[in-house]
Amino acid sequence: MSALVEGLLRELAPQALTAVLRYGADFGAAEDAVQEALLAAAVQWPGEGVPDNPRGWLVRVASRKYLDWRRREAARLCKEAESVEWSRPVEVDHCDELTLLFLCCHPALSRPARVALTLRAVGGLTTEEIARAFLVPERTMAQRITRAKRQVATGGLRFTPPPPHEFAQRMDTVLEVLYLVFNEGYAASSGVEVHRAALTGEAIRLARQLHRMVPDNAEAAGLLALMLLVDARSAARSDGGRLVPLREQDRSKWDAGRIAEGIALVESALRDGVVGPYQVQAAIAALHDEAPTAEDTDWLQIVGLYEVLERLSPGPVVRLNRAVAVAMADGPHAGLALLAGLDDDPRLARHHRLAAVRAHLVELTGDHARAVELYRAAARATASVPERDYLLGRADRLTRG
Amino acid sequence: MKYLLLIQSNPANWATLTQSEQDGMMTEYRALTQEMVESGEHLDGGPLTDPQTTRTVRVRDGRAEVTDGPFAESKEYLAGYYLVDVESEERAVELAKRIPDARFNAVEVRAVMDMGGLES
Repeated sequence: MSALVEGLLRELAPQALTAVLRYGADFGAAEDAVQEALLAAAVQWPGEGVPDNPRGWLVRVASRKYLDWRRREAARLCKEAESVEWSRPVEVDHCDELTLLFLCCHPALSRPARVALTLRAVGGLTTEEIARAFLVPERTMAQRITRAKRQVATGGLRFTPPPPHEFAQRMDTVLEVLYLVFNEGYAASSGVEVHRAALTGEAIRLARQLHRMVPDNAEAAGLLALMLLVDARSAARSDGGRLVPLREQDRSKWDAGRIAEGIALVESALRDGVVGPYQVQAAIAALHDEAPTAEDTDWLQIVGLYEVLERLSPGPVVRLNRAVAVAMADGPHAGLALLAGLDDDPRLARHHRLAAVRAHLVELTGDHARAVELYRAAARATASVPERDYLLGRADRLTRG
Repeated sequence: MKYLLLIQSNPANWATLTQSEQDGMMTEYRALTQEMVESGEHLDGGPLTDPQTTRTVRVRDGRAEVTDGPFAESKEYLAGYYLVDVESEERAVELAKRIPDARFNAVEVRAVMDMGGLES
């Protein structure tokens, strides 16, 4: 099958799914019908050519497959075949795609279930591809997806848009799922794990779709901007599997196109919409991306943005990042003072990030012996191999003087 | 996040249980495993044979020495394991609490190292 047809089918699959769901099909039956229609298209299109209205074709075939299935089911149950009105034209619009996304990211589902279902139903990835990306056996991922679908069915979750008073909250869970997918891929993309790295591309694609569906939603724009602005640095962030910290990256390797697109998005979102955490994080990423060298970074403005972020979504990780920015703007002692309050936070107590940030700030004060201890403590606590190697490398560099 | 749940057990303790107590524990194990499989969290797992069947391998100066018996003498041994992929460490601990042997000896929860990381 040509890449063109394959790409087209992937794009159309979620739309066909929403169309069948709209007729009241349950998730499993709707998906089976779409799979059959995709198979038919994959067989016919390369030979006979892509139909004039490929979306209409796919929706029609998928709907017919679903109807056939219903008839067979009805016959099996010795019932009269139900009469279903199929003649009205099928219009899939953005509204339906959004409803599908809301359904897949429903708060009644567990977080891993939301992620798996979104990639499967909206992203159109195969179970095998999702399993490979998350480094779990295909059987495990199939179970997760099956369970998620069952939860949709038994929980009575409906293919209807959320009521207006729930919209913002439900949008938060959608954004969170897309950001989880992005981070899963981004954290992996330094290594040889190309299958996981593909997740960042998928997350960006989904965030783009979402932004098209709700162009006026400032946080959806902010999330897309954040992904673009962070992903723009991907070519510079690893050197043969070794993590390269932001301040040491070769900025000529950064993707100028992505940076420009991200900056334009976040600027317009901040100008027109309600300010939210994703926009602020995107604005911070933009300031990093705009600086020609690490020394030229506008730390004062970054400190200001972290203060805004901490008001919007307080938490120990935001405090950690703010401390780094404060240290860069006002010196390491000011940053260390901000960290002092975090020692008793149970959310960070066993986390390597607190020790790693403290090690870095202590190094800046010139107390190398203490910094070495802290780097090594952070290295022992991390569960990431490249991070451990990076932290041990910092410690070694200081002991060698 | 992937975690290894290491089930520590004392074979002497196990021998003191009645047949119906042993059967009850096995039923609990089967139910727990089934639940983890269905939730898509179970990657692998199973019981290990008695510690006396252990063979220990050491390579020194390119020469392998294989001895019968465990590496370290102890009353408690690794009796089985689960490899799970879960949302958080809290969830891994929650599962560990439900492993029957946690009531008699202990279950260790260890995170599996990841090849990914974030630059800072």
